[in-house]
Amino acid sequence: MQINRRTALLGAAAIGVAGTRHARAAKNYGPGVTDTEIKIGQTMPYSGNASAYGVAGRTQAAFFRMINDQGGINGRKINFISLDDGYSPPKTVELTRQLVERDQVLLMFYSLGTQTNTAIHKYMNQKKVPQLFVATGASKWGNPKAYPWTMGWSPDYHTEGAIHARAILEAVPDAKIGILRQNDDMGNDYLDGIKEGLGADGWKRVVADATYEVTDPTVDSQILQLRNAGVNAFLNVSTPKFAAQAIKKAAEIGWKPKHHLMSVSASVGAVLRPAGFENAQGIVTAQYAKDVSDPAWANAPDYKEWKAFMDKWNPTINPFEGSSVTGYASAVTLVHVLTQCGDDLTRENVMKQAASMHQLAIPMLLPGIKLNTSPTDYYPIQSVQLARFETDHWVLFGELQSRDVA
Amino acid sequence: MDFFVQQIAAGLTSGAIYACVALGLVMIYVSTDHINFAQGEMAMFATYLAWAMIDAGLPYWIAFGLTVAVAFAGGLFIQRVVLKPLENAPVLALVVCFIALLSIFNALAGMIWSYTIKQFPSPFPARDVFGNGLVSVQQLGVVAVTLVMLGLLTVFFRYTTLGLAMRAAAQNATSARLMGVRVSWMLALGWGLAAAIGAIAGMLVAPIVFLDPNMMTGILVYGFAGALVGGIGNPLGAVAGGFIVGVLENLVGSYVIGNELKLTFALIVVVGVLLLKPAGIFGRVIVKRV
Amino acid sequence: MAAIGSMTASANGWAMKRGFGPVAILFWILLALLPMLELVTDDPSFDYYMFMGQSMLIYAIAVLGLNLLIGFNGQISLGHSAFFALGAYTAAIMMTFAGWPFWATLPIAAAVCFGAGFLFGFPALKLEGHYLALATFTLAIAVPQLLKYKPIAPWTGGVGGVLLEKPEPPEWLGLSVDQYLYYLCLIVAMLMFWLVFNLLRSRSGLAMMAIRDHTMAAGTMGVDTSMYKTVTFGISAAITGVAGSLSAITIAYVAPDSFTLQLAISFLVGLVVGGLASLPGCLIGGAFIVLVQNSAQSISDWMKTSFALRYDVPAWAIYGVLLLLLMYVMPTGVMGGITVLRHKIAGRRSTRVNAPSPTVVRPGKTAGETTPAA
Repeated sequence: MQINRRTALLGAAAIGVAGTRHARAAKNYGPGVTDTEIKIGQTMPYSGNASAYGVAGRTQAAFFRMINDQGGINGRKINFISLDDGYSPPKTVELTRQLVERDQVLLMFYSLGTQTNTAIHKYMNQKKVPQLFVATGASKWGNPKAYPWTMGWSPDYHTEGAIHARAILEAVPDAKIGILRQNDDMGNDYLDGIKEGLGADGWKRVVADATYEVTDPTVDSQILQLRNAGVNAFLNVSTPKFAAQAIKKAAEIGWKPKHHLMSVSASVGAVLRPAGFENAQGIVTAQYAKDVSDPAWANAPDYKEWKAFMDKWNPTINPFEGSSVTGYASAVTLVHVLTQCGDDLTRENVMKQAASMHQLAIPMLLPGIKLNTSPTDYYPIQSVQLARFETDHWVLFGELQSRDVA
Repeated sequence: MDFFVQQIAAGLTSGAIYACVALGLVMIYVSTDHINFAQGEMAMFATYLAWAMIDAGLPYWIAFGLTVAVAFAGGLFIQRVVLKPLENAPVLALVVCFIALLSIFNALAGMIWSYTIKQFPSPFPARDVFGNGLVSVQQLGVVAVTLVMLGLLTVFFRYTTLGLAMRAAAQNATSARLMGVRVSWMLALGWGLAAAIGAIAGMLVAPIVFLDPNMMTGILVYGFAGALVGGIGNPLGAVAGGFIVGVLENLVGSYVIGNELKLTFALIVVVGVLLLKPAGIFGRVIVKRV
Repeated sequence: MAAIGSMTASANGWAMKRGFGPVAILFWILLALLPMLELVTDDPSFDYYMFMGQSMLIYAIAVLGLNLLIGFNGQISLGHSAFFALGAYTAAIMMTFAGWPFWATLPIAAAVCFGAGFLFGFPALKLEGHYLALATFTLAIAVPQLLKYKPIAPWTGGVGGVLLEKPEPPEWLGLSVDQYLYYLCLIVAMLMFWLVFNLLRSRSGLAMMAIRDHTMAAGTMGVDTSMYKTVTFGISAAITGVAGSLSAITIAYVAPDSFTLQLAISFLVGLVVGGLASLPGCLIGGAFIVLVQNSAQSISDWMKTSFALRYDVPAWAIYGVLLLLLMYVMPTGVMGGITVLRHKIAGRRSTRVNAPSPTVVRPGKTAGETTPAA
């Protein structure tokens, strides 16, 4: 019940109401804020190898259009400027400086990529501009001591990797573990987490660690290498296209290991449907957001609200593409933070509000997952739950897990 | 040993893909004397058209035929309309135009069909041939189609008047014109055929690598290498080159240097071969007359 | 590639004649005065524009390096992003592990890249046209993968790259960091252009161009073609490497994803758009690389709002169309286009003005092949 009420409160219609509580405070504006507008910047790979993630940026733009149509946040419309950096760090620096210095945005929101965010990490903190809810799972974003202006959002890859590793040790007693991973920061972070989760003894069970480059046409060769190494527990740390290839190829050659798929590629619409449902049965993943193809959620109020939003405001995006859910949920989080700021829309207060989320429920996240932050805790979401793929959707099992618990 | 054979088989399948793309490159090279950097993106775009037709309910083979026809027309159109004003432009200006076309096709596909991967049906079943996970019918099919295309092209260029005219137009436009060959249309025809071959390559590749707007960018690099190592002016060489690159890359990745540097290593080998045989393994050195 | 020679012939004359004439000197002085605009404007984004200026100058230097190779020596390269990366990583590693001041890394980067370019020049000797394109293409693809390679990760930072400190300007200068870096880029750019200009006027420069125009003839004239080609490759790589190290200093971060094939292609596009074998063309190319993408984005936004479109018109499609149009109007680049225009105007007046051109026609050159002169 608690969840539903909070959820409803965050629903766009209620945002104006919630805001009035703060209206009494004196007006205090940072850059990019007027009585009628809040300017927000973002860099996103709309082109290049990572362009599939652009869905998140488009969904957020649509979401803010809806918020504006409903009166904005405390009467202020959101002016959301999302620019294409093609996943290239120098371009990110240029565009971020353009947004911060020329366009004078209040904050940067959900900019995507680890290298790209690393490139502006120092700059944002020197300039004291909020680098909020960066869209990368590297674990370095939650470091308020050194970088008080940078905050992540999703559970970090490290945590997730560790949880998968432990789950595999439990489920397969005589595990011969094989890893397929993209040769980049994401792959490395997961690997570190997996190492931690396996422990020194468990790590000895890793018999193959195959990497691929994002420019490789296929991962067929790698899959053969893994099978040849006798792997019976497969940690699949690949991005959507390669994850789909791996699932399909494994089925084609009749290789049936215990298959764990990382959350970045767990989208039913974008990965498992193209790979073929019959090939994906029994794969395990870790989730923090609701799987929109799971009929269990069909009657949940937040699902209905999300679906209505997608139909009306974001019709050009296929709702089953994974990042439309995370894009939506993160945008709701930002709207929550800005609403909490009331009329004190300074950069300092934005960070202060972002760092004081307490047991906050966000629509489209799994039941029980609450956002918690404090001035010393910059990891908003830290829990995930394992799920197994059955017929055409993920089925949750076990308890919510987080790094602290484990 | 099993593993070795499997890697060879996997290499041959990827090799067939590279060979298909290389064939398209050779087609344009033989008929226009240029390397078309947009070849991959044109193939990708055609494959999306096929996908859209199948999605709309057309049977596979009808969509296949229509796509090849549309691609052929599109290739003609590009040469007659887009590149026509640049017939006398310097080589590098054309290269820039190819880069422009690449950008346009990639961005348009992303806009129309989004960047999420799509499943593309294959005419061949994914079933195993021997039942031991070694070679699938799908893999054999790709190799077979590539070889059939190779055969048709070889016959076309060697034995038909049109094919000979096209080669003549590319190699020596002035003489060809004097012989009554309509050079400008030969170029257009070359583009049309290359686009059609590209479309077939795209439709063969898509079931294996999945369809997305960046599907061909990685493959083009290999196709390029394959075409050159075999000899860019020679369809047979291009196909052989594609297979060589595919197998080499897999073996290098599995046995020699690991997956991180396999492409680098394979390309270095290719360049090394070129140093010994500067016109490609099957290419003939063209003696320059001064 | 013989065709490259024919492409450059038209652009050659104007560029080389006017290279460092009064117009050029005035232009460089103007560039040097740009940061002073801060005194008369209160635009809060001034530093951002200075940063854009740095990027344009850096790309201009990179294009200059490529131009020396393609435009003046007739060798093709699709892989200059590799030398750009090598320069950047050299600077980053020297600054991080050896604690060198940023300026001291520039000559080291130049030396390292010269060595790499020189060595690469040897296999390049054997390859021509498309084959050389492939070999250099290989370089562009190999370098990001090599940078990520585990065994050297302690120095290169692996996939995560290396973060750097931005240099602080000395206090007595009274400049902001971005103004300071702008001057750094400007001084290096002027130095590089001046060096290349003098090189091209020298006997060696003539030999380089002779090789481009007709390798065999140059050889029979006694030019050591192999030596010149490899050395040119080395110098070209060194210049682009210097640009790379400047980029590492101004961005304060190097990472493998920054040096993809796309970068090499953008150098080539900048070069062709500016004008082959033209020194001013390099500056135009540098500015084009930085500005065109933003312009394409603005056009896309404008189209969306003014035609009330449901879809975003992708900026890269607009970029492609812009490139095509540019090539229709000016197939030999902006500087080539200007030359054509000048010839047309001059042609109309040719009955009156028929003064001998200031070009020095040296023995062994026909009047059509222009020789650079001050």
